[in-house]
Amino acid sequence: METLTRAQLVEAIYAQVGLSRNESAALLESVLGRMATALGKGESVKISAFGTFAVRQKSERIGRNPKTGVEVPIMPRKVLSFRPSQVLKARINHEPVGSALDEDS
Amino acid sequence: MTRSELIAQLAAENPHLRHSDVEAIVTTIFEEITATLSEGRRVELRGFGAFSVKRRDPRTGRNPRTGESVEVSGKAVPFFKPGKELREVVNGGPPQAGAPKPPARPAKTKA
Repeated sequence: METLTRAQLVEAIYAQVGLSRNESAALLESVLGRMATALGKGESVKISAFGTFAVRQKSERIGRNPKTGVEVPIMPRKVLSFRPSQVLKARINHEPVGSALDEDS
Repeated sequence: MTRSELIAQLAAENPHLRHSDVEAIVTTIFEEITATLSEGRRVELRGFGAFSVKRRDPRTGRNPRTGESVEVSGKAVPFFKPGKELREVVNGGPPQAGAPKPPARPAKTKA
């Protein structure tokens, strides 16, 4: 099955919004660039009906080279996590949006 | 940053576009990604990351309150794997192409 890449997103913006393909491509890069910049500052990016991208701090720990058994410190680092929204999870499972919430009540 | 803050930033950066167009661009991008994933296809945005769908097998769960077993049906869950450049940006590495550079910091104490 075909993977969606920048080219198809540019085509979708071009078709939906009516900008030129060049400008559609530039705007797509702006969207991704702005998200990356916010995440780089440690901010989370919350896109309603899609999900939340958040930066988590990992502290230093001792790792081991599985081949040699030598212990090496793994430096403290930041990792990015993505939490899908209920809407996205429902859409992927072809469930009516909001059914997950209805079950609780 | 929220979706509306993202739209506001883009609108400020592109004064020649109508606010409704900027909103439509952001909506289209996330709608296309969602639609693709719901067909079970992957989304790959080099430098940023890749979205994919992982299958969870059906399992027998338990109601934690009553201890009753319940069949939990299999489901699909969306997954995001950040790309190399985005991982570097998050760790304060070289900024992604197109992203504004962070202000230069004077070198720390050199004894």
